[in-house]
Amino acid sequence: MTRDIFQPSGQIQFGIFFQGVNSGTIWKAPEAGSQTDFESFRHIAQTAERGKFAAFFLGEGLRLREHLGRPHALDVVGRPDAQTMLAALAAVTRNIGLVATQNTTYNDPADLAHRLSSLDLISGGRAAWNIVTTDNAWTGANFRRGGYLDHADRYKHAEAFVETAKRIWDSWETPTGPARRVLHEGQHYTVDVTPRLPRSAQYRPVLFQAGDSPDGRDFAARQADVIFSAHPKFDAAVEFRRDIVARSVAAGRGANAVQIMPASEFILGATDQEAQEKKAWVRSLQIGPQQAIAYLEQFWGRELSSYDPDGPLPEIDPVVEKTSETRGSGFHGAKARQLADQWRAEAKDKGLSIRQFVSSKTARIDSTFTGSYTAVADHLAEYARVGAVDGFNISPWLIPTGLDDIVNHLVPELQERGVYPTEYRGTTLRENLGLETPVRSEQPAHV
Amino acid sequence: MSTFEERKAGFLAVELDGAGYEGIAAAVLAAESAGFHAATFKDTPEAGRANALQRAAFAGPVTRTIAVVPEIDTVYTEPFHVSTQLASLDYVSGGRAGWIATAAVSPEAAAAVGRSFVEGDALAQEAAASIEVSRRLWDSWEDDAVIRDVATGRYIDVDKLHYADFETPADFSGAAYSVKGPSIIPRPLQGQLPVLAAASLVGEGLVPSDAVDAVLVSAPTPELLAAEVRDARARLGSSVAIVAELDVVLDARGQSAATRQVPSPESGLARFVGSAADLTELLGSLLNEADGVRLHLAALDVELEELSRLVLPELRRRGALRPPVQDGTFRDVLGLAPAENRYSTTAVAPLAAGK
Repeated sequence: MTRDIFQPSGQIQFGIFFQGVNSGTIWKAPEAGSQTDFESFRHIAQTAERGKFAAFFLGEGLRLREHLGRPHALDVVGRPDAQTMLAALAAVTRNIGLVATQNTTYNDPADLAHRLSSLDLISGGRAAWNIVTTDNAWTGANFRRGGYLDHADRYKHAEAFVETAKRIWDSWETPTGPARRVLHEGQHYTVDVTPRLPRSAQYRPVLFQAGDSPDGRDFAARQADVIFSAHPKFDAAVEFRRDIVARSVAAGRGANAVQIMPASEFILGATDQEAQEKKAWVRSLQIGPQQAIAYLEQFWGRELSSYDPDGPLPEIDPVVEKTSETRGSGFHGAKARQLADQWRAEAKDKGLSIRQFVSSKTARIDSTFTGSYTAVADHLAEYARVGAVDGFNISPWLIPTGLDDIVNHLVPELQERGVYPTEYRGTTLRENLGLETPVRSEQPAHV
Repeated sequence: MSTFEERKAGFLAVELDGAGYEGIAAAVLAAESAGFHAATFKDTPEAGRANALQRAAFAGPVTRTIAVVPEIDTVYTEPFHVSTQLASLDYVSGGRAGWIATAAVSPEAAAAVGRSFVEGDALAQEAAASIEVSRRLWDSWEDDAVIRDVATGRYIDVDKLHYADFETPADFSGAAYSVKGPSIIPRPLQGQLPVLAAASLVGEGLVPSDAVDAVLVSAPTPELLAAEVRDARARLGSSVAIVAELDVVLDARGQSAATRQVPSPESGLARFVGSAADLTELLGSLLNEADGVRLHLAALDVELEELSRLVLPELRRRGALRPPVQDGTFRDVLGLAPAENRYSTTAVAPLAAGK
């Protein structure tokens, strides 16, 4: 069947991920603006829209990252609630999709589905949900339920949550109602709701998902419209596409049903040399000496301030067996001693100082595109030609002007090459991504 | 809080639920142009109603003066989310956000999130707990916590961030919970958002009066409203602003109010039916007693037009309305002093010096 064979669209699109936390966004340069003023968000969103970006992403904060038992001080931190900010941005934008990262563990399905429907209606069909899961009790300390979910159950729980949300969005018989009642009895919660909102101009919010484990990929292949992937480099992207196509077809969906937009960073210049110089400057501001030491302290579980950031990695051993979840989900679970041995060997091997080593570990080397506008455009055109990805979700390293050069210089180069939209296709996110409208499930509400 | 002289000039709020999700910008701009001080967004559990907080957030960037004040339930919501959503609303509205804290009496809302139905005294306990969580989280970052100190590499001063460490009290009827903090967003622009609640939810044995900045007072008829306002003032003291609730049907577009086909008012809400001139008189006298009046309009566009043309200009002429503050905060509208931070490490209170 042709729907089982992947067809490259020949196009790529961009999304923008306003991070609001962590070391990727530099704050030490005079150009670095506010991370919380509405004007920063407005500038970035309107710039992205000028560049025909498909989507504007926000992450979700559930607890502040900590360092040795206190809030981490060295990186950008403090960000707004995603859906509240996106509802405000809906008022000052017309076409760009509005993507809220929202957790399935510390939200209730009926409430979250309702709020996402609201955002979708308020924005005229531009809302999306980036589905994430968490399980740790440390995050749960901010919520009524506390920690209640086993790590192993997180996708099972998330999938039941997403299916319940989809039934809520399917519930109105006609655009004016009435709604059918939605019931769900799960291990951790029950839902019994008669949904209040009609379908939107794009039927229901678009679903993004970012899981990368085999379970996470299968979950995305069954449920998601777009994967926010971690594989932007060409060969890895091609391989990831092959894997996701196989999983989507196995899940009974078409080979093109699930789109892929990897996380990425762009450091550009008029020439390759200028871009490389800019990259060195960006890196030095992303990971300063204090951040380099603090990064190791998370894994060593002890203070290392007596070590020279420009010297070798500490010879003393870590005091924690497992690294702390307080550092954020990406760090959770690594064995500290084993990791320290491995890193010391690696740093020695490559002749890297603490600062150079940490920079190489944290700077998203695998997701950075560095070069002249034309060279990067040529490279991206190749992704479009083979269909390695459907687009890139760009994290600007500078707020609020971090998209300016991309929109002013890279986008026109891509448009000239015929691989990037010159206009929005429609007014909804689903139209602009070229996704099919879901078919309403006739599945009864009682499951 | 306010002296009698100040109180004579009051504020007017208008409820905009009727604008739906497609007419938010037009309705809030019309209300702002008419000179209303605040727009409120009910969270009616009816079909077709979008989330109140998001409607308020949408209204934020399109306006400059009017406060945007959503209703948010405290019983079946997560206090941590509510707090950060409201703080975010304050950012997107430039410090013009407020919160009408409600306690839903709703078996449907309970079933939707799989919780036990809460009623009776437990409602005020839930509301009090959620308000306390929000207030602690709003203070959990001091105003100057973001220091961007390049020399030491510190973006924030961690000494200016604080754990909220909230726990429900021992006599809490519902499921006990705790909230650790700090907030995920810096302190709101206003420091503390003004919190409003129905007067019936506030007082001894209920939500403590010092937990709220204003109460909404209802009466079955307009004639009884002034007495209710006086009762609430006597019961709650002068530190809580009193807002009278009034439903309005006006003579409009050649039709007398009495003959217009309009939906019945919400139960328990006083309804005024009559001319713009009579409404002006009523509001003038109510504003002598209350700090503000919130109007519920029978038909949003029809009543807004009459109010903006005939009622608000006359009230302004009489000095019954506070002048709107361009780029002011909702705290300014309510005449509230800057919010002190309960965790503040920098401001040394004079009384504490001798300790």
